[in-house]
Amino acid sequence: MKMKGNTSNRVKKAFFKHKLGIIGMVVLFILYFTIIFADFIAPYNYKETNRNFILTEPSQIAWTHDGKFVGPHIYGVKKSRDPVTFAIQYETDYEKMYPIKLFAKGDTYKFWGLWETDIHLFGIEKQSDAVLYLFGGDRFGRDLFSRVLMGGRVSLTAGLIGTLISVVIGAIIGALSGYYGGWIDVMIQRVIEILRSFPRIPLWLALAMLLPPTWPSTAVYVGIVVVLSFIGWMGVARVVRGMVLSLREKEYVLAAKVVGQSDFKIVTKHLIPNTITYLVVVSTLSIPGMILGESSISFLGLGIKEPMTSWGLLLKQAQSLSEIQAHPWLMIPGLFIIVAVLSFNFVGDALRDALDPYRTVDKV
Amino acid sequence: MSIIDVKNLSTHFRTDDGIVKAVDGVSFELRENEILALVGESGCGKSVTVKTVMGLLKSPPAIINGSINYKGKELVGMSNKEYYKIRGGEIGMIFQEPMSAFDPLYRVGEQASEAVAMHSTLSKEAIKEKVISMFEKVGIPEAANRYAEYPHQMSGGMLQRMLIAITLACDPNVLIADEPTTALDVTIQAQVLNLMRELQKEFNTSIIFITHDLGVVAELADRIHVMYAGKIVEKANVVELFDNPKHPYTKGLLNSRLKRELKGQELPYIEGTVPRAFEFPKGCRFNPRCPHAMDICREKDPELTDLGKEHDCACWLYATGADSE
Repeated sequence: MKMKGNTSNRVKKAFFKHKLGIIGMVVLFILYFTIIFADFIAPYNYKETNRNFILTEPSQIAWTHDGKFVGPHIYGVKKSRDPVTFAIQYETDYEKMYPIKLFAKGDTYKFWGLWETDIHLFGIEKQSDAVLYLFGGDRFGRDLFSRVLMGGRVSLTAGLIGTLISVVIGAIIGALSGYYGGWIDVMIQRVIEILRSFPRIPLWLALAMLLPPTWPSTAVYVGIVVVLSFIGWMGVARVVRGMVLSLREKEYVLAAKVVGQSDFKIVTKHLIPNTITYLVVVSTLSIPGMILGESSISFLGLGIKEPMTSWGLLLKQAQSLSEIQAHPWLMIPGLFIIVAVLSFNFVGDALRDALDPYRTVDKV
Repeated sequence: MSIIDVKNLSTHFRTDDGIVKAVDGVSFELRENEILALVGESGCGKSVTVKTVMGLLKSPPAIINGSINYKGKELVGMSNKEYYKIRGGEIGMIFQEPMSAFDPLYRVGEQASEAVAMHSTLSKEAIKEKVISMFEKVGIPEAANRYAEYPHQMSGGMLQRMLIAITLACDPNVLIADEPTTALDVTIQAQVLNLMRELQKEFNTSIIFITHDLGVVAELADRIHVMYAGKIVEKANVVELFDNPKHPYTKGLLNSRLKRELKGQELPYIEGTVPRAFEFPKGCRFNPRCPHAMDICREKDPELTDLGKEHDCACWLYATGADSE
């Protein structure tokens, strides 16, 4: 056992040489950590509307008051109407100062659905004339920051679960296609070709339309994930088929066959595990596509429904140019999509380089 | 005493281009405690012959006729379930490519033990010990440590020796070695050959050894069968075959080895290639490449004729039938 870990050490080394890959991994780690504890980190309930703060600007956090350092705080706002246009205007009221506290009391929520609590990571005491909206407010006066965190739960997990489902389906179908060959292979490949020749977004929309509008939002979420993975498995299946075609000619497969191992066991114990490095890489590289897919469907209004939210759905508010001009903070969810997608791509690239045995020679 | 008796075995494959007669009427016997070599060029049907014996060919597309008698049991037409008992436990087989015989994802020891466990009632620990002692016997250094390693951590020669160890750990009566040294370099080849000879003596195994390398055969085999285009064309023991080759094909093979006397000269070779298996020439299958081809060679296929001293040859040059016509 003294030579244990030879390969994994090499893989680790190659991975950590990839600086963007490390950055991507750190970013993803932070993102997923945040969405796991989203209801604790978010200062407000993401569903709670507040008519006084419709489309309010992101809160300005100040550290000094009257030239003295007093810690982070925000000021209250005065609402008034423009005498000419009657549009709502907010003005900072420097008289009223509200310090931001750690572990502040706020809206009650059920932590992981287990116990009720009202402690949030940070926040200000409930006031009628001030809110701590880090990313500003939306059309219903909800906290965009809290909504981005909760939307991340949907967007980031939909990508993950969707990819998992599609890779598992793709690996199994691809392995069967390659292992049995003959008419099974021909049929599977033709079906894949037909499905792949459909334009992607209309097909998504058509499938998403099948989800009944009466479904509760969690069911819709599951439905969207299934729709996404329905498209994703085909690329995986084709590559796995090719790999299995060459693997099945190896003598250890023949040996397994002649001792009477069942086809199922040969596929699951010998063929699919031998394609695992490819599957790992293709998974990380296809998660971004899934995230974008979920965002597109939600953006087009066929995915996640209000009041549940996702990054794509949040972006929907920023559909018109005038909206973006007047309330640029509505674009923030888009930034999150970009960051998450880029990070997954970097990590996928780094993994691909690390797991490719032929690449190590020129890397040393 | 013969342990395997093959009579008039033919293995044909039905393909889109016609019927491929990969093995066409082959008869031979494997005696106890001997090493029998099947020699021939690539594509002459050696591997198909032994794969048929092992029952490794799927039928269809393979069409198998004739008889393979193993210790009184008929193997042709035997069901796959009955074959489980024969394969590995009774007749073991070593393949050409040691690298692809192991699944790279599992430790070699696990794979070895799994194979041994199929033919043994021993406990897990006992099997592990047996495998390790067999690894030691085939000259694997630090066998106990190697047991827990992966195939990619071994050299090709080590893997081939491990394969031999695994096969022999199942205590087979017959060992079929399909070009076991082809994928190895020359020094390792010699080691593996020595090892096989030693183990053959120790375990009293009969061996069918397939190769296209006559040098290998000279060192190892007791008797040699030369195959050409799906048929056995000459049978003799080692000394007789090298001293007194009869068939023009055997002569050609022997001539095309490297020899010291031929220093500086072009190496002799047999012109042409083995005919494709679905368009064999009429008559003797070697006639288009044979320097002695006569009219009858293009008409009729010669039968194996006994030339005495256990030396059989299928050639019209020696056939008594040729004189009478």
